[in-house]
Amino acid sequence: MSGYLAVLVVVLIFVVIFQIAKASEYVSILKGEKKARQQTNRVNGFLLIIFLILGLVGVYYCNDILKSKIIMEAASEQGRGIDQMIMTTLIITGIVFVITQILLFWFAFKYQEKEGRQAFYFPHNNKLELIWTVIPAIALTILVAFGLRHWFRITSDAPKDAMVVEITGKQFNWLIRYPGKDGQLGRKFFKNINDANNPVGQDWEDQLNKDDYMATEMHLVVNKPVKLIIGSRDVIHDVGLSHFRMKMDAVPGIPTTLWFTPDVTTAKMREKTGNPDFVYEISCDQMCGAGHYSMKANIVVETQAEYDAWAAKQVAQYAVAHPAPAAAPATPTAETPAADTAHQEKVVAVNEAKH
Amino acid sequence: MSNEATLHSQEVIHGAHAHDHDHDGHDHHHEGNFISKYVFSLDHKTIAKQFLITGIIWAIIGAFFSVLFRLQLGFPDATFPWLESILGHWAKGGRITPEAYYALVTMHGTILVFFVLTAGLSGTFSNLLIPLQVGARDMASPLMNCMSYWAFFLASVVMMSSLFVQTGPASGGWTAYPPLSALGDASIGSKIGMDLWLISMALFVVSQLLGGLNYISTILNMRTKGMTMTKMPLTIWSFFFTAVLGVLSFPVLLSGFILLLFDRHGGTSFYLSELFVAGKALSNEGGSAILYQHLFWFLGHPEVYIIILPAMGMVSEILAVNSRKPIFGYLAMVGSMFAIVILAFLVWAHHMFVTGLNPFLGAFFVLLTLLIAVPSAIKVFNWITTIWRGNLRFTPGMLFSIGFVSTFISGGLTGIWLGNSSIDIHLHDTYFVIAHFHIVMGVSAFFGTFAGVYHWYPKLFGRYLNNTIAYIHFWITLIGAYLIFWPMHYEGMAGMPRRYYDYSSWESFKQFNDLNHFISVVVIVVFAAQLMFVCNFFYSIFKGRKVTTTNPWDSTTLEWTTPINPGHGNWVGEIPEVYRWPYDYSKNGKDFIPQTVPLSPDEEKESH
Repeated sequence: MSGYLAVLVVVLIFVVIFQIAKASEYVSILKGEKKARQQTNRVNGFLLIIFLILGLVGVYYCNDILKSKIIMEAASEQGRGIDQMIMTTLIITGIVFVITQILLFWFAFKYQEKEGRQAFYFPHNNKLELIWTVIPAIALTILVAFGLRHWFRITSDAPKDAMVVEITGKQFNWLIRYPGKDGQLGRKFFKNINDANNPVGQDWEDQLNKDDYMATEMHLVVNKPVKLIIGSRDVIHDVGLSHFRMKMDAVPGIPTTLWFTPDVTTAKMREKTGNPDFVYEISCDQMCGAGHYSMKANIVVETQAEYDAWAAKQVAQYAVAHPAPAAAPATPTAETPAADTAHQEKVVAVNEAKH
Repeated sequence: MSNEATLHSQEVIHGAHAHDHDHDGHDHHHEGNFISKYVFSLDHKTIAKQFLITGIIWAIIGAFFSVLFRLQLGFPDATFPWLESILGHWAKGGRITPEAYYALVTMHGTILVFFVLTAGLSGTFSNLLIPLQVGARDMASPLMNCMSYWAFFLASVVMMSSLFVQTGPASGGWTAYPPLSALGDASIGSKIGMDLWLISMALFVVSQLLGGLNYISTILNMRTKGMTMTKMPLTIWSFFFTAVLGVLSFPVLLSGFILLLFDRHGGTSFYLSELFVAGKALSNEGGSAILYQHLFWFLGHPEVYIIILPAMGMVSEILAVNSRKPIFGYLAMVGSMFAIVILAFLVWAHHMFVTGLNPFLGAFFVLLTLLIAVPSAIKVFNWITTIWRGNLRFTPGMLFSIGFVSTFISGGLTGIWLGNSSIDIHLHDTYFVIAHFHIVMGVSAFFGTFAGVYHWYPKLFGRYLNNTIAYIHFWITLIGAYLIFWPMHYEGMAGMPRRYYDYSSWESFKQFNDLNHFISVVVIVVFAAQLMFVCNFFYSIFKGRKVTTTNPWDSTTLEWTTPINPGHGNWVGEIPEVYRWPYDYSKNGKDFIPQTVPLSPDEEKESH
């Protein structure tokens, strides 16, 4: 009922506006075209300058109420670099924005049609055009230089001592695999996938797989670089780490990597934001189907001691897949020859930490 | 048909004064019946109207879809029973399902990018203005032109029908990345809806190629006597560059789509490798999902210039006319458009910085992307200088042109953020991107379109649109556009991903609930204002104030030398000859000097 009422009200408003618009057209014809034009010109000129002023105030006000909703400080070393880039770019583009918008609306207001004014015939001026070609070019060169410095730093190889975590996207959650005590991920093959006990398709023949464990949360050690090995089982996903300012697509068939150094623990972040529920979230940032919006995993950044305690409690996926009777042998110590694990065609072993 | 022949050909003239030349009394044989005059018309002006009206219908649908999904984003907990009555089980209990949400988002993007801002915008104005402004009786091939529209119409019919199939339309985003778009098991929208989407888009590409080749050959071959390339209005330059972009890049898109069709139905593995979908491993191995993205964005990036260049051209023209001043730096304007066209082909991978692209390769794309900011900056400064010391008439077209420059600045500057790969890592696929491209190619392109419609409506229909409604339309749209998209930058800075159905379970993003609510309310108001424009548009075709003079804006260009309601063939008698560039406003104390006026002796001296 209220729906129909709302529609009725909207239609009524429409009709009223139309009637007024029609009437004002008759009035302007009666007044004479020129006079009517001068009048609307003044009104619109005035509105343009008001729009400029209110607009700039609005930009300030908008910033004022929304900036507190963003955690302005990145939680990783690399992220701080990106934040710095954003600040530099914000300042440069902000200055250009304010100046050009002011000129645009101020000129529009100032040079509105007036009786007897003759417009200035000004078809071109090489000097002016040269100036505003060269200045943007210089500004952009600076931004490119800064940007690429960060870009190469971020995309460089991960440090040798980085911990390795594998994250695999699937509709609609993340599968997180740790390499276990040996620090190396075992081989996997997509045809081994089995949602009951082998979600990423680990190859149980590979000794390196014996201690790999799956986790529901990603635990990271503060101030220790971490290298993510990213993959997908089905469609393209994207590992979005907004607090660390990092992001990388998860592409089926093509492993990707990224690395960063988290430098604020979850506990510290809770203190800093005053939000006891604060948690680092991994969002899927590439459209992946109907459940895209719910594809989430959490990250816990903690001290080395806390991490060790957590890691000690994890159960190897091998043990999960091979319950009780087979669980006896102490596999981690069993050293397999490198040739065995190295390059078996088609079996994509993402143990880059080793090779 | 050579230009000379066109120039002196009398056969296609149908004005009231054509009787003098048509002694055998058959002057109406080209008018034909209703079908050949209004349906399968060969007259470029009628085809322009067909593109415009089809575009308007699509724009209403596309914008209405955005209202629907904004309802979900702004009121995630509310139910709207009327939604169930229009969407059926896609909105069970009055709440849009995730599947329906993604279908709406996808169709909103597809419709607006391709059907409205490509076909509707450049289809309308290229068709209307190219022959009229270069001084030709019609396009180089009127038949191809007619086929171009009807291919677009067929594409529209197929796309429309995909909305009604049981599994729904495509829902993998307007970019349709595989494997999501290749596998019906991965998404319900990738079933028959996706096939219809691909067929429709293939027809659309055909339409674009037919149209584009025609625009290019008309501009190159059919200019009237004296109309050298540098005497063309900037509108024509922009349509020319747009057509070149389209002709060179749409075929690449089509090839990408054909490979996708093979992957869907031919058992090939161009884009597919090592997949485990719906509980079983697929046999595809060795393909690359990223290959599709290269093919897609090789069109996809030029596409954004296909959308914005015509708007730039029209705005340049309208700003000059209503400032009563020449456009500042004509050659720089042409040069910067040319630079944009070249660079448009060299920046596509900036959409792919986070796909695992080789960082070294990425560095080149950063450089080339930021380079585009230079010609864009030149254009902005030239527009501002054009209105400086002018004598500005705020016609609705002029206001929308000023609005265009404003939004182009706002959206263009954030492009400098996103083009820089290290910033893009953080902002990629967030609301920052939504804000950026909606302002710079959505709102700006629409402002350009509106400016064009208001400015050339007298030429299209021989009547004016209602001014009061036009002004209300402008102010609500300008203010509304900023209110909608400006705050989205902040959501993006917080990392809020785009294409999410619901944010309430996200600790990192749910603080924007109130903001989303606010944005959705503004969206509804702005949508209502657009409906008002649509009513004004159709009402004024029949009841608008009549144009009484052939040159209502005191403009210099050729289209205003035709009769108020030109027949097929445009000019009665010979096509006028051109002597000067189109921007002689306020020169030597004269308000304006039409292009058809020969140079005075003084001017001759100057030019030597």
